[in-house]
Amino acid sequence: MTPTTTSSTNEPTSAPGTFPASAASRASAASPSFDEMIMFEDVSKFYGEVLGVNRVNLQIAPGITSLVGPNGSGKTTLMNLMTGLLKPTSGRISVLGASPNHPEAIFQKLGYCSQFDSFPRGATARGFIEFYLRVHGYATQETRELTYQALERVSMLEAADRKVSAFSKGMRQRVRLAQSIAHNPSVLVLDEPLNGLDPMARAEIIRLFRQLADAGMYLVISSHILHEVDMMSDSVVLLHNGYVVAEGEVHGVRDEIDEHPIQILIRCDRPQTLAARLFEHEHTVEARIHDDRQGLFIKTRRPEDFYLVLNKVITEHNLQVESVAPVDDDLNAVYQYLITSDGGHA
Amino acid sequence: MDLTSESGEQPAAANVNRASSWSLWRRQTLAIMRLEIKKNFLSRRAFLLYLIAGLPLVLLSMLALFPPPTEEMENFSELSIVYAGIYGGLILRTLVFFGCAWVFMNLFRGEVVDRSLHYYFLVPVRREVLLVGKYLSGLIATIMLFSVTTLGSMLILYFWLYPSESARYFLQGAGGGQLLSYLGVTILACIGYGAVFLIVGLRFRNPIVPGLLLYGWEWINFLLPPLLKKLSVIHYLQSLVPVHMSEGPFAVLVEPTPAWISVPSLLLFTGVVLFLASLHIRRMEISYAGD
Repeated sequence: MTPTTTSSTNEPTSAPGTFPASAASRASAASPSFDEMIMFEDVSKFYGEVLGVNRVNLQIAPGITSLVGPNGSGKTTLMNLMTGLLKPTSGRISVLGASPNHPEAIFQKLGYCSQFDSFPRGATARGFIEFYLRVHGYATQETRELTYQALERVSMLEAADRKVSAFSKGMRQRVRLAQSIAHNPSVLVLDEPLNGLDPMARAEIIRLFRQLADAGMYLVISSHILHEVDMMSDSVVLLHNGYVVAEGEVHGVRDEIDEHPIQILIRCDRPQTLAARLFEHEHTVEARIHDDRQGLFIKTRRPEDFYLVLNKVITEHNLQVESVAPVDDDLNAVYQYLITSDGGHA
Repeated sequence: MDLTSESGEQPAAANVNRASSWSLWRRQTLAIMRLEIKKNFLSRRAFLLYLIAGLPLVLLSMLALFPPPTEEMENFSELSIVYAGIYGGLILRTLVFFGCAWVFMNLFRGEVVDRSLHYYFLVPVRREVLLVGKYLSGLIATIMLFSVTTLGSMLILYFWLYPSESARYFLQGAGGGQLLSYLGVTILACIGYGAVFLIVGLRFRNPIVPGLLLYGWEWINFLLPPLLKKLSVIHYLQSLVPVHMSEGPFAVLVEPTPAWISVPSLLLFTGVVLFLASLHIRRMEISYAGD
């Protein structure tokens, strides 16, 4: 695996994933103008001696770009740098030709739904959005119309005049989202925008993102829910320990994930028997008895097929199974796999 | 969810009718002030401000109801000295000082504590405009409240005990001029202290310590040599009060600075502090970590 040309120039020594050319890279090949891209040029941010992000070079084109990485990888730092909430220690950032140092220019084009789950005291959803639109400089009637449209887009019209403090986390998330899209920006930056939403709301919001992206908007979204990234993204940027380790189109990542063996722990009374039988099947990559000898770790590349075989083996040998659970079916495991050259055995 | 909205349209912000930057900044400043004034007067934090501003009115009402057996209170001509003591010692040096500290330090620090400042930083408004909007809202709140304190405490002291003499004193004598002078000093105090505490609230995570140090500096002003006296707000304010009080046997005596120097000096000082605050806020980052 090799880094793409636009990723960090100072990556960790482990080789990152190779993905098909991203939307950004393709756009770059077509020589888009400076004003049509979101650009990070050699951007670093240090919090004292602690690294936030280091020597990031990115070009982001229209569509949905997901920033993916474990906690502390630098996703929020990148977003805060892009929106001027943080200042880079070195390097330059440009959002469609505007600098984050000039909020009066950049926020005419950009909306940011941050992770800060707080609101001015006593605010209603409508009052909250209206107030910040007034600070934009909109007139009263236009403010009302834009607020209505934004609340309608996130299905919050019915609760518009209730106090935000009484909302659930998901509703607050939707209010923040409405506030960030209310002025119809060209660029939308969303930090974990699906947090706290129920499955139906998630699907609706993802549809909204997709629609905005299809209309030509730039959406930069951070997430650690990999299947959601998979569902909605055009391209992904993988971050690890403050470095961009890879970027590319999302199906490249998906292919990598499909090849990544899933580890499953089966707690049962006869793990040796189970291990012997499961190894007879081609899906099993690795088997290891648990230290307490009451369980078995299995690695498989095709979990669906594996579970069918497992059911059969359990029935045939009358095994007493206490539990079956994926051990590392989370993003960290996938990152470990993607960012190390030996397939996650680091 | 309605997904029929035209999301691909031109950014509406670009269509906002903006006659000029000044017109936009004025609208933005007014929008900020509208909310901030509401917060200054109606939020839970305003309760302490009302307590501070109302304290002398309550104390002087008590004093008027139960006058102490002192010569000053029994002699109308001594009341101006009594009020000068109350104004200089209690209202100006303590209540206006701490009232301004409370209001202006919370303009930004309060929003950092509430984790809501980023919303202001995420709209297309120059941060200097935000600073000015918040500062003006703080000024309006403190000037209104402490003007009532200044006016009310003086009228209570005079009119409760000596209504007819006081009416003559204020309408025909020196009372009216003194009252206006005290009001002017109160307004200047809010302007000067407001700017100082605004920048203290911006720069310091815990502004209480620098606030107390400032209080100490202002309080020991009478002991300072003439040059150092001029590095304070209280020196210029004291120069403007209509009745000068003795500052005690250890005070280093200097001539009061004339009004034509004091007032511009205070305004210039305020301008410099606000300029420094605007430089700071342009570079300000928000992470809320540790706040």
